[in-house]
Amino acid sequence: MDLAYTAAEEAFRAEARAWLEANVPREPWPSGDTREGFALHRTWEKRLHAAGFAAVAWPKKYGGRDASLVEWLMFEEEYYRAGAPQRIAQNGIFLLAPTLFEFGTDEQKDRLLPRMAAADDVWAQAWSEPGAGSDLAGIRSRATRDAAGGGFRLSGQKTWCTRGAFCDWVFGLFRTDPAAERHKGLTYFMVPLSAPGVTVRGVGRLDGDEGFAEVFFDDVWVPDADVIGGVHQGWDVAMATTGSERGLTLRSPGRFTAAAERLVALYRSIHGQGTPVDTRVRDAVARAWIEAEQYRIFTLQTVTDVRDGRGLGAASSVNKIFWSELDVRLHETALDLLGERAELDDDAEAAGWMKGFEFALAGPIYAGTNEIQRNIVAERVLGLPRK
Amino acid sequence: MRFALSDEQRLLAKSVADVLRKHATPADVRAAWSSDVGSAERWAQLADLGVPAMLVPEQHGGLGLSELDMVVVLEQVGRFALPEPVLETAMIVAPLLAASSTPEAAAPLARIVAGEITAAVLFDDARVAANLHGASVVVLARATEGVQWFEPAAGATKARRSVDGARRLGELCAPPTWAPMVTGDRAAELTARARDRAALGAAAELVGLGRAMLDMAVDYAKVREQFGKPIGSFQAVKHHLASAHVALELARPAVLYAAQRTSERAADASRACSLAKAVASDAATGAARASLQCHGAIGYSFEHDLHLWMKRTWALARAHGDAATQRARVAALILDHNEGRS
Ligand SMILES: Cc1cc2nc3c(=O)[nH]c(=O)nc-3n(C[C@H](O)[C@H](O)[C@H](O)COP(=O)(O)OP(=O)(O)OC[C@H]3O[C@@H](n4cnc5c(N)ncnc54)[C@H](O)[C@@H]3O)c2cc1C
Repeated sequence: MDLAYTAAEEAFRAEARAWLEANVPREPWPSGDTREGFALHRTWEKRLHAAGFAAVAWPKKYGGRDASLVEWLMFEEEYYRAGAPQRIAQNGIFLLAPTLFEFGTDEQKDRLLPRMAAADDVWAQAWSEPGAGSDLAGIRSRATRDAAGGGFRLSGQKTWCTRGAFCDWVFGLFRTDPAAERHKGLTYFMVPLSAPGVTVRGVGRLDGDEGFAEVFFDDVWVPDADVIGGVHQGWDVAMATTGSERGLTLRSPGRFTAAAERLVALYRSIHGQGTPVDTRVRDAVARAWIEAEQYRIFTLQTVTDVRDGRGLGAASSVNKIFWSELDVRLHETALDLLGERAELDDDAEAAGWMKGFEFALAGPIYAGTNEIQRNIVAERVLGLPRK
Repeated sequence: MRFALSDEQRLLAKSVADVLRKHATPADVRAAWSSDVGSAERWAQLADLGVPAMLVPEQHGGLGLSELDMVVVLEQVGRFALPEPVLETAMIVAPLLAASSTPEAAAPLARIVAGEITAAVLFDDARVAANLHGASVVVLARATEGVQWFEPAAGATKARRSVDGARRLGELCAPPTWAPMVTGDRAAELTARARDRAALGAAAELVGLGRAMLDMAVDYAKVREQFGKPIGSFQAVKHHLASAHVALELARPAVLYAAQRTSERAADASRACSLAKAVASDAATGAARASLQCHGAIGYSFEHDLHLWMKRTWALARAHGDAATQRARVAALILDHNEGRS
């Protein structure tokens, strides 16, 4: 057990911190889940990229800087500590890219990754359908071999596609063999939203932002080059992506430790104004801080396991359950501290916490609901019978 | 950065588990319910492994190991619900005596290292503690007044009963004349460090206890059938056990982390110990609840072993600071004293 960082790691942290201090916008930006906010956030992604911070853990040739997992964690810690903007490019950089590294061809990586890092292409996920949420293998959108060869024709509907109304590309599963067993006949496609036959309709989220989209595919032609992994092999490829989403790469501890520090600051400012704080709320503040710290410590172990070649596998569900539920409790506690102020939408501090709370509530739903995660933990980690 | 036990530590856990599997069977734990004294034979086996000497520096004849090594052992102690005062003797008192650097400590320390005696500790104004009635050396550790140890005279202590019949509690009825061997800042420091080790050690035992209770429930859920199938196939049962697993999975690294920080005398060590005790107490009591619920009435019966583990958990979850008390300590450090994250 060695919890010290190397001089090179510390130097990397210092560099990231200095850059963020100099570059993070002072004023909060409109949400990246709105059209104008998205455009603004794209300029931020481009600045990150120009400074080499868009995808630190990627190889240099694709726009990264070959940082280690530990350095990536450090960067994330600094990023959220600095209060830097929301990462609208996250679904590409943290979810699709790991899949491309594992299953993509060199041609795909060379063509797609540099543009992804530079936010020339911003990616959205297209898994869910009106009839297929938790039961993802029940998707009905189809892809059939184009008679002329060289590609597929896609039709059907995807939904709940985050920032889909503003993104450039989507990735997701389509059924290529309707006769095969549910998990077998699926293929993983990447589709530009500018392709003829694609219609995108923005849908409001809980907070009112147009953060969701429905995407309709009407005989959309997609070349073979935009299939990841083998035809009909999409399920296995997709599971690799959901593993990253539940596990490390989507929600690093830095996000929660930073939120916990902001909660502590909120407690201090309220307490400092002489407002009495209920002891149960004080206890909840401590609990939220403790849980964020627990997740940070747990992740040190996870990173070590991954580095030793022990993949996360189904254990990533443990991770997802923990961070999503701690995030809800943390934000609930902030609202309790704010008391009657919590509802004030024209009070920037209160509204910020309320928006954070609304987003935290989605955590136990997206990336596979926590009910599904508990099934996975019970069956694949504890070995309980499926049926 | 490397967050993993070393090969030696894994081996240590395995050798302790091998001994306990043979000599601390559930039947042995149950037998301890009807005995007023610990098993000399079992203590000798632990001494053979070097357990009482682990945290004693080599110049005092000990093994000079770290709190992290000790925590690895205590996790196994919890897993087997071992009814012996490893926490009190090896984790709390032995290193306290060694760190006191007083001539009076030499004799009791040598006997502890040799495996001849066990110890107990009373913090501040406490009067009841585990292993107090029967310990050959009792430490009174008072942050503001000093630290004193003594060999209790006959009649100075009396037995008290715990809900966990294997946990031998005692009360100090006739305290000795107050004549501390250590006073002032040094006493405050020795007491604070001993309290942190107590919380940390109890947390490690709780993680072991919790994991054992979860394992029992998982094994049972695979074989017990109702409605024509194993109860483990029912989602309500799955979710109870999955939640218990998540809590334990996140508590264990917190305990290892606190042990590492303590071994390194790091600035955040004390806070980390409180954090570890808070989360381990909650995780273990949660595992106890889930395990009992998934066992149904069989788990509620005195014949079943679950209660042996469960009652130890109830006791240890509150001993050395319950979850709320430990969270309050963390709260004081982060909210009032501005001890932010490094
Ligand atoms: C903020 C947000 C962003 C999202 N972004 C995207 C995105 O970018 N792309 C995308 O494709 N999707 C996205 N989703 C959709 C998300 O993946 C789905 O919401 C999720 O998979 C659940 O599906 P569902 O909403 O259809 O709920 P359902 O599957 O209908 O579930 C409803 C309830 O039933 C429970 N349930 C269902 N099956 C079981 C079972 N077997 N056992 C126990 N309980 C069960 C669920 O846990 C849930 O509580 C997003 C969702 C949210 C909230």
